[in-house]
Amino acid sequence: MSMSEGQAQAYWQENIRTILGYMAIWFVVSYGCGILLVDVLNNIQFFGFKLGFWFAQNGSIYCFLALILLYARSMNKLDEKYDVHEE
Amino acid sequence: MDVQILTYLFVGASFALYIGIAIWARAGSTKEFYVAGGGVPASANGMATAADWMSAASFISMAGIIAYVGFDASVYLMGWTGGYVLLAMLLAPYLRKFGKFTVPDFVGDRYYSNVARTVAVICVIFVSFTYVAGQMRGVGIVFSRFLEVDINTGVVIGMAIVFVYSVLGGMKGITYTQVAQYCVLISAYLVPVFFLSFQMTGHVLPQTGFGATMLDAAGNDTGVYLLDRLDGLVQELGFSAYTEGQKSTIDMFFITAALMCGTAGLPHVIVRFFTVPRVRDARTSAGWALFFIALLYTTAPAIGAFVRVKLIDTVHETAYKDMPQWFYNWENSGLIGWVDKNGDGKVQFTAGAPFKGKPTFQGENDDESARGTHGERLLTNEATESTNEVYIDRDIIVLATPEIGQLPGWVVALVAAGGVAAALSTAAGLLLVISAAISHDLIKKTINPNITEKGELLAARMAAAVAIMIAGYFGINPPGFVAQVVAFAFGLAAASFFPVIIMGIFYKRMNKEGAIAGMLTGLIFTFAYIVYFKFVNPAANTADNWLLGISPEGIGTLGMILNFVVAYAVSTVTPEPPADVQEIVENIRIPRGAGAAVDH
Repeated sequence: MSMSEGQAQAYWQENIRTILGYMAIWFVVSYGCGILLVDVLNNIQFFGFKLGFWFAQNGSIYCFLALILLYARSMNKLDEKYDVHEE
Repeated sequence: MDVQILTYLFVGASFALYIGIAIWARAGSTKEFYVAGGGVPASANGMATAADWMSAASFISMAGIIAYVGFDASVYLMGWTGGYVLLAMLLAPYLRKFGKFTVPDFVGDRYYSNVARTVAVICVIFVSFTYVAGQMRGVGIVFSRFLEVDINTGVVIGMAIVFVYSVLGGMKGITYTQVAQYCVLISAYLVPVFFLSFQMTGHVLPQTGFGATMLDAAGNDTGVYLLDRLDGLVQELGFSAYTEGQKSTIDMFFITAALMCGTAGLPHVIVRFFTVPRVRDARTSAGWALFFIALLYTTAPAIGAFVRVKLIDTVHETAYKDMPQWFYNWENSGLIGWVDKNGDGKVQFTAGAPFKGKPTFQGENDDESARGTHGERLLTNEATESTNEVYIDRDIIVLATPEIGQLPGWVVALVAAGGVAAALSTAAGLLLVISAAISHDLIKKTINPNITEKGELLAARMAAAVAIMIAGYFGINPPGFVAQVVAFAFGLAAASFFPVIIMGIFYKRMNKEGAIAGMLTGLIFTFAYIVYFKFVNPAANTADNWLLGISPEGIGTLGMILNFVVAYAVSTVTPEPPADVQEIVENIRIPRGAGAAVDH
């Protein structure tokens, strides 16, 4: 590994920050909107759905998918920034 | 052509395809057998992961559960998809960089201990067998209804097919077969719903259709939202509103978390990420997997809502003799039962159980003397006070969708092929994990380290063959507790593997003492709680008696928390892990060099 100890540390720290950011959204769309706040959100009409119900049965899944794709993109950029990407 | 012949054609053609692929993709080395040589493209791997993951339960049962319980079934939708976010961010890339074959491999190496490895092997085998038994049963149901062979013959045919492609092809054969199986199962799932959605709402996409307004029989917009009508219908019949939950918030929370972390900790899912060429492919692959899974999982709630409306419209207050053909077919299969409590000859489909337990009939279905005045099969069950007269098993919902929606015969045939594909693909993936756990983790790593590559490959194939026999036995003689033990698979995976792997990657200081103590705590606690409420004292299995109001389905989350806490506490008072282990951890955190790490 050509990388110095300090650089490896910095890469890891930034990785953790990226993960925590995305995990926060992950928590909010599923546990937040679909479970904890569902009764409040159900007062809002979203097309033919109650909003909380929609998050629990469909919306959260779309968000999960978006999160993974965005995460993969962020990490590819981060890998290149620290020159640890694969050929 | 009649439905029967079409079904034989569709199922037969799909089998021929799977076998063809198996012969083309035969495995020559242990690396090809365990992880397909580590060279599967991310998108194909995603598709295979999706087929592997979506079992008979996802395909056959889930939409039925949603149709019956409505909002509360969201725990499965969120729980079985949200785990992929955890996989993509917390596990897959690092385990790919680690570059070994199995989950016990990681546990054993990272925690420099054969005790930890053996505990992991036992968990893998237990979790996987629990799962496999259910799959074989699914194959049996599909065969018995659609091919009109008995369930046992169906199971044997299924076993033979899986035997050919998993024993010959190993992971390589399985991966490419699963790609084909995914295509079969997803088209089988989506095609009937497109029809149904268009019929009921004018939307082709079920995802928007179930939030749209309903059409009447002539195709004119009624202006009433489907979900509003459904809420109204079910409340009229004495059920609670479809879009509102009955479970307590804390229980919803814990069950969802157990399913998510359990998914991320399931060995047959994790091992898929060892098969891609690079770390970045492991991340992308998780995205692809969830994409392919989401196609089915976002459709399932739509099926649930459509079918519930259709069922009530078709069945409630309809005379038994005027029922559509599917009603009689499934009654003959023993999955529908009707008892005419008020003697009006009509079926009342309201809230509550119609009678105690699952339907048991007085005679075989060709026995005329065991039929009542309207031609219905007579039951031996004791009727309840409820006004409800009919039992419709939720496992028939998806399989009967094409018939309920009066769709053409080839759609029925396609769904049968899809159900078989879903069950076989998952069974094959699990059998491979079991065989790898035995030949690689137990024999090569623990009992006989000097075994040759050839010997290990032979052992792997023999282990797979034996595992298939055992799975088939469970399929033919299903233990009555299959449904009860599903909670085990996820709860135990969440309470044992998940924390140990996470800490292995993110907490360098975690040592073997901590890991073993944590794993055992999580395991024993979760195991004991489930056994107590499911087997020892099922009568006490009510919210009042649960610890903090958490059901056995959700207790894995608490087990997981205990695991984390105990592991951390123990690790702080015991020596830190050796330098070379700490180096492994440093190394798996950096993507570059994954190719080299694969060599074993």
